[in-house]
Amino acid sequence: MDLDVLFLSRFQFALTIMFHYLFPPLSIGLGVIMVVTEGMYLKTKNRQYESMARFWTKVFAVVFAMGVATGIVMEFEFGTNWATYSRYVGDVFGSPLAAEGIFAFFLESGFLAILVFGWDRVSPRVHFFSTVMVSLGSMFSAVWIVVANSWQQTPAGFHIVGEGMMARAEITDFWAMVFNPSSVDRLVHTLIGSFILGAFFVMSITAYYILRNRHLEMAKQSFTIALVIGVISSLAALVSGHVQANTVAVTQPAKLAAFEGHFRTGPGDMYLFGIPDAEEERVRLGLAIPGGLSFLIHNDFSTPVTGLDQYAPEDRPPLQIPFQSYHIMISLGMYFIFITLLAAFFRWRGTLFDKRWLLWVFVFSIIGPYISNQAGWIAAEVGRQPWIVQDLLRTSDALSKSVAAGEVLTSIILFTVIYLFLFAIWLYIMNEKIKTGPEDVSALAGAGAEGGMIETISTRTGTGGPSLTSSRGDEHAGSNGPGNSDSPADSERGKEEK
Amino acid sequence: MDLNIFWFVLMGVLLIGYAVLDGFDLGVGILHLFVKKDEERRILMNSIGPLWDGNEVWLVTFGGAMFAAFPHVYATAFSGFYLPFIFLLFALIFRAVSMEFRSKQENPRWRKAWDVSFTVASTLASFLFGVAVGNVMIGLPIGADMNFQGTVLDLLGPYPLLIGVFAVATFAMHGSIYLYLKTEGDLQKRIHRWMWTTFGIFLVLYIFSTMATLVSLPSAVTNFRDVPWAWVVVVLNVLAIANIPRAIYVGRPGYAFISSTATIAALTFLFGFALFPNMIVSSIDPAYNLTIYNAASSQKTLGIMRWIAILGMPFVLSYTIAIYWIFRGKTTLGKFSY
Ligand code: HDD
Ligand code: HEM
Ligand code: HEM
Repeated sequence: MDLDVLFLSRFQFALTIMFHYLFPPLSIGLGVIMVVTEGMYLKTKNRQYESMARFWTKVFAVVFAMGVATGIVMEFEFGTNWATYSRYVGDVFGSPLAAEGIFAFFLESGFLAILVFGWDRVSPRVHFFSTVMVSLGSMFSAVWIVVANSWQQTPAGFHIVGEGMMARAEITDFWAMVFNPSSVDRLVHTLIGSFILGAFFVMSITAYYILRNRHLEMAKQSFTIALVIGVISSLAALVSGHVQANTVAVTQPAKLAAFEGHFRTGPGDMYLFGIPDAEEERVRLGLAIPGGLSFLIHNDFSTPVTGLDQYAPEDRPPLQIPFQSYHIMISLGMYFIFITLLAAFFRWRGTLFDKRWLLWVFVFSIIGPYISNQAGWIAAEVGRQPWIVQDLLRTSDALSKSVAAGEVLTSIILFTVIYLFLFAIWLYIMNEKIKTGPEDVSALAGAGAEGGMIETISTRTGTGGPSLTSSRGDEHAGSNGPGNSDSPADSERGKEEK
Repeated sequence: MDLNIFWFVLMGVLLIGYAVLDGFDLGVGILHLFVKKDEERRILMNSIGPLWDGNEVWLVTFGGAMFAAFPHVYATAFSGFYLPFIFLLFALIFRAVSMEFRSKQENPRWRKAWDVSFTVASTLASFLFGVAVGNVMIGLPIGADMNFQGTVLDLLGPYPLLIGVFAVATFAMHGSIYLYLKTEGDLQKRIHRWMWTTFGIFLVLYIFSTMATLVSLPSAVTNFRDVPWAWVVVVLNVLAIANIPRAIYVGRPGYAFISSTATIAALTFLFGFALFPNMIVSSIDPAYNLTIYNAASSQKTLGIMRWIAILGMPFVLSYTIAIYWIFRGKTTLGKFSY
């Protein structure tokens, strides 16, 4: 086994997981937005909300499909590239992964069908229920996968059997494994990161509509909903991140030392930025709050914090990547707090939607949460190196023995080409969707002189109750209003499509 | 029941669920290019639109369950099948996005490109599943450290290739019967002919693969000596296959679909039955076989996982049934279709 396979496999894992992770946080974040808007619609029967809910659902479907397509790769990549790791951790790590399939993916995929294809097949209540289930399902899958990942960071509830290359971890206590020291903190933080992304995504699109003077009413309502979620979750990210840093200080001190470029055990500084230099063991061009790190962890500016000097050189994590990505995440987190509070202030004053410059800032701010979500994972994962399972198994020992460098390289090249291609198309389609925008309320109203979704269903079933039993395709075709006509010409129109 | 056997059986159930359910939507994909009109292609895609993702989750869960219950099999199989498996993943990716992307533009060339990608991906995925099954049947060069010792070329022997083609034919047949149930009018009339054609191809390949299995793998029938009742499945399998043309002929496509479902289930069962208690057979030395005992997780994990399965499976079944119920009936194109 040579270094090449190691480097290539790490590169491949980083590539595929980072690409996958472009989609899940948006699914999770948009899920919440969909639940809120559709809930508002059910409550107020206001068509604005209906058109919003339908629009976000369409966008969601495109995001979700990419999440599924790239997620399947992840499910098997442990086996293809990290066979030794899989043998080592399978006993412990496999069960959360299996639980994810059984509990989360079935839930998501089943109800997604109703969500996307079922608007006129089930009653509004059943549809709303499905929206809630899809949103919960996407959070459940985060639960299990983050549990599995957290066990790698802070293993618990297991013992080691066998020796040398045959050693492997076996479960002794399932719940201790699930609630290992970092899983709850990290799950909360990951979900918050997703909510921030969802909120900024919605704010970016709707700010654009407002600037372009389109779909004004729906855009303003959506912006406000997203802003509320944005303010709360940005503040929450700071709190939960702080809690997490405290856990890391106890469970993975080497990682925290790498985050802050803390070389010598002693009072720790907190850098705002800088360039850690491993050779000279100091941070260059940095600006720091002296004792800040000690204060963060121990509420005291002079308590010593474990530094990298406590670790043998081969046990130290790399410095540059964890340091920079950690600081990028935090700086962006601060920016989110600032910008959402500012917007909330103007919204409260009633002047937000006249501040064109601020709306433009929001149009482009969407890139921020993407970067900070990725940066957070990079910090967490690279900061754990050289271990794949903290203090138990080295990444370099975890590879597949039967896979040659050439094979990995081939697959990386193909993955890169395919992913770039799909990403370009995805962006293009999202852009089209956003340009087309939601249906106007007048169009929805036209769709049923008989009414929108709720009215249509209730005229059809006579009771307005759930229509599970009378929802055959052939029947619904007839009962749709003229706007929903099934004539090919009508449904061929690009924007009419799902 | 012995926990290891329980998990072997459950893996079988997941695999049957996957083969039967995703089988028909892969089949629809294989046949997709045979209809020409845009509207008809949309009907084909929409017939599986709400269902394919849920069907694929059976595969994902199969993978997760294998990781948890038999980590060595998971590690050996996927690292051994490295390149074919990566291609399988690409095929699954393209299937998913083809359906999602196709409808988003009207441009005929755009649609054509995604149509081709949909069919190629569906066919390739079915073929590679068959190749994998064929390889597992004849055994792999597995060494003492449980790792695969061959090269990609070792995976492309005649027997696995035959099983690969057989898988494509089986899914195409299954898919055409499904489509017959979901369509109407002129399109349905044409699909009626497809059912006969695909059944014919299936039958020929079935006979060939059965003979090839008996000739090259006499060990495939050893388990029948200990468990004679398994012959019942063989008989049922043959009856189910015979019932497919009968049901088509008398105009009961529903029965034909049930029969093709039973056929796929029985074939998958026989595959597992032939292997048991091995999971991966070493062609180097039987002592290196990965069995349901030496490749499994600890009893504790298998026990915990049994609870997860017992809690989870009823939910899985109820979602599946609910979704199939809601989307039953003929496929029509509407505002929310692809
Ligand atoms: C924080 C959340 C999160 C993280 C860290 C991951 N995923 Fe993911 N995954 C999701 C959240 C998610 C999701 C939100 O549930 C997705 C994305 C969109 C979607 O369709 O479901 C999903 C989809 C998804 C699918 C497709 C499911 C289906 O067919 O419906 C698979 C197989 C995986 N993931 C597997 C993985 C693996 C093996 C990961 C780790 C290496 C991983 N995911 C990281
Ligand atoms: C979705 C968010 C995630 C991101 C963005 C992410 C990011 C990364 C990155 C950048 C690497 C490369 C590190 C390096 O090479 O130095 C990596 C490695 C790895 N991560 Fe993660 N990760 C994520 C989630 C997970 C999860 C959920 C798991 C486990 C369930 C996991 C397990 C691993 C493994 C096994 C490796 C390979 C070994 C290594 O290079 O460290 N990751 N990840
Ligand atoms: C504002 C102050 C923030 C602080 C103090 C903070 C702190 C942390 C810490 C210490 C970790 C590493 C945990 C570990 O290695 O176990 C982490 C990881 C992470 N952060 Fe943050 N964070 C902040 C903001 C954000 C924001 C705004 C986002 C996204 C929008 C985000 C997304 C993530 C993600 C996805 C991870 C990796 C998953 C995990 O380990 O939980 N963080 N954060």
